[in-house]
Amino acid sequence: MAYIFQQALNALQLGSIYALIALGYTMVYGILTMINFAHGDLFMVGAFFCFLIAVYLKLSFVPTLLLSMLAVAFLGVVIERLAYKPLRNAPRVSAIITALGVGLFLENFTLALSPYPKHIPPLLENITWTIGSLSISSLQIIVIVLSLVLMLILDFIVQHTKAGMAMRAISWDKTIVPLMGVSVNKIISLTFAIGTGLGGAAGVMYGLAYPVIDPYMGIMVGWKAFICAVVGGIGNVRGAMIGGFILGAVEIMVAAFFPSTYRDFVAFTLLLILLIVRPYGILGKPQPQKV
Amino acid sequence: MKKSAIFFVLLVIISLGICGCSREDSSQIKIGVIAELTGDVPAVGASCKNAAEMAVAEVNDAGGIQLGDKKFKIKLIIEDNAGKADQSASSAQKLITQQNVTAIVGPNASRYALPAAEIAETGKVVLITPWSTAPKATLDSRTNASKKYVFRACFIDPFQGGVLAKFTLTNLKLKKAAVLYDVASEYNKGIAEIFKEVYEKNGGKVVAFETYTTNDKDFSSQLTKIKQAAPDIIFLPNYYSEVPLQIQQAKRLGITVPFIGSDSWGSEELIKLCGKDCNDYYFSTHYAADAATEATKKFIAGYKAKYGTTPDDVAALTYDSFGLLLQALKTAGKNDRQAVRDALSKIPQYEGVTGNMQFKEGSGDPVKSAVILKIKDGKFTWFANAKP
Repeated sequence: MAYIFQQALNALQLGSIYALIALGYTMVYGILTMINFAHGDLFMVGAFFCFLIAVYLKLSFVPTLLLSMLAVAFLGVVIERLAYKPLRNAPRVSAIITALGVGLFLENFTLALSPYPKHIPPLLENITWTIGSLSISSLQIIVIVLSLVLMLILDFIVQHTKAGMAMRAISWDKTIVPLMGVSVNKIISLTFAIGTGLGGAAGVMYGLAYPVIDPYMGIMVGWKAFICAVVGGIGNVRGAMIGGFILGAVEIMVAAFFPSTYRDFVAFTLLLILLIVRPYGILGKPQPQKV
Repeated sequence: MKKSAIFFVLLVIISLGICGCSREDSSQIKIGVIAELTGDVPAVGASCKNAAEMAVAEVNDAGGIQLGDKKFKIKLIIEDNAGKADQSASSAQKLITQQNVTAIVGPNASRYALPAAEIAETGKVVLITPWSTAPKATLDSRTNASKKYVFRACFIDPFQGGVLAKFTLTNLKLKKAAVLYDVASEYNKGIAEIFKEVYEKNGGKVVAFETYTTNDKDFSSQLTKIKQAAPDIIFLPNYYSEVPLQIQQAKRLGITVPFIGSDSWGSEELIKLCGKDCNDYYFSTHYAADAATEATKKFIAGYKAKYGTTPDDVAALTYDSFGLLLQALKTAGKNDRQAVRDALSKIPQYEGVTGNMQFKEGSGDPVKSAVILKIKDGKFTWFANAKP
C-alpha cells in the first residue's frame, strides 16, 4: 500500500512539471495555431537562469523563482517579436521550422558558454518525513503545490480576466477580434510571456528536484510535454494540465509494475491508443474542415 | 538542372582547393584525437584533450621523436564527437581520409568508441581507446575475433565487473544487491550484466535489476521499486553526470543503504555535482592518484602544474595511450600506418602511469590490475588493489 502511495507521489511530482511545460505549448498553439518547438529549450534556459541567479547573486528560493520566470518570459517575448512575428502570415511550416531553429540556437548558445553539466545548489532545506515505509520529502510537496498554484492562477487569468477573454477570443477568430478594439500584438506578447514564464518556472522546479542540469535537458522533456499537450487536446489549457498528470502517472506506474526497460514503450503505446480513440485529445474539440 | 550542375562543378573546385592547401608536411607525424568535448560527459573529453596535449608537448619540446635518421615533430588533430555515436564515426572517417593521420587516440566512452573503432578497423588505421572498457570495442562485430587495428589502455568490463562483485561479497560482506543502470549505453549495460552474473555465482543475490535510458533525470519509480526489494547495497555503473542525481533521489526516498560504482564515477566532476552525498562510497577504477609510484607521481605533478587539477583516470589512460603509440612508432622506425600497427601488436608489456600492462599476442586488450577507491570527505582515496 505504502509502495503504491509512494509511486503516486512520484507520479504527481513528475506530472506537475510536465503539466507546467505543456501549458506553454498549448497556450501558444491556442492563440497562433503554431507549435513553439523552442519551448523545451526555454525550459532549459529557465533552469540555467536559476543556476546563475542562485550561484552568482546568491538569492533565496522565491526571488530566484520570480527572477528566472521574468527573464524567461522576457526572452519568450523577444523571440516572438524577432523570429515568429514576421512569419505570422507565412505558411505554418515556416513558423515550425523557425521554432526548431530557435531551439537549436538556444541549446548551442548555452553549450558554447560551457558544456559542463551544472549543479544547482540546494535553495531549500530538504526535510524527509517518514510515515511507516512511506517517505515524503518537502521538495516533492513544494514542487507539487507550487505547480498547482501556478496552474490555478493561470486558469483564473484565462477564464476570468479581460486579458484572458481577449486570448480566448483571438484563438477563436484572429480577423474579427482586432475590429473589436483588441490589440492582437499585445495579447500575443502576453500569451508568450505567460507561457514561457511557466516554462521557466518548470525549469527552476526541475532544477530543484533534479539538480544536475545540462544544455540538452530540454529536448526530451520538451517532447514529452508536447505529447502531454496533444493528449490533453492541444490549445486547451485544462487539457494540458490533465495531459501532464496522465503522462507522469503512466510513466511512473509502468516502471513500477513492469520491467523498467519497457517504460517508454508501454507509456507511449498507451498514449497512441488514447489518440486513436480520441484524435483531438481528451478535452479538445473536433474541428471540422470546411472545404 | 543547369544551376545544380554549376553548383556541383564549383563544389568540386572548392574541395580540390582545400585538398591542395593541406599538403603533407613530411617532417610531421599526425595523430588524431577524438574526444567528448561537448555532450553528456564533457569532463571526460577535457581530461583526454589535456593529457594528449601534455604527452605531445613533452615529445615536441625534446625536439621530436627519432625515427630512423630523422626527427619528427608530432601534430595533434583534435576532433570533438559532441557526445554522439554518429559524430564519433564521422570524426574517425575525417581523420583517416582527410587529415591522413598515422593513428587515432579516443573516443573514451564505450558507446562512442565502438562506432569509431569500426571505422578505424575498415580504414586500417590504429585506434587506441584510452577508457572504453566494453569488450566489444576491440572485437570484430561479425566474427567476434580480435580487431586488428583497435587497442586500448584500460582493463575490460568482465574483469571490472568481477572485481566489484567479489569486493562487495568478500570485503563489504553484503549479500543482497540492487542494480540501476542505463540500458541504452553499451558500457553500463555490459558491466551491470557481468556484475549480476559473478555476484550470483559467488553466493550473492541481485534483488532488483532496474534500468533507465540515457538523459533520464527522474529515477523515482525505479528507486522506489529498489527500496521495496530491500537490498544491502546498490550498484550504479553509470556516468558521473547521472550518479549524483540517482544518489540524491534515493536519499530523498529514504534509502539509506550504501552505493558502489565503477570507473565511470572517477571524475572530479562527480564530487562537484554530488557534494557530501557521495561520501563513504566505493568505486573501482584504473589508478589511484594518492597511492602512486615514482613515474606516476612525475606525471601527476606535471599535469597539476599545467592544468591545476589532479589528473583523473581518463587523463592517465590517455597519457598511457600516447606512451604506447610512441613506443610503437619508435619500434616501427617509420611513419607508416601498417608498420605502427605491427609494432604495437608486438609490444609484450608496457610500464605506464596506470601500472603495468601485459598484452597477449593478437589481442588489443591489456591485462592489468584495478584499484578500489573510497570517496572520503570529497576526495578519492586508495582503498584496495585488485589483481587480474
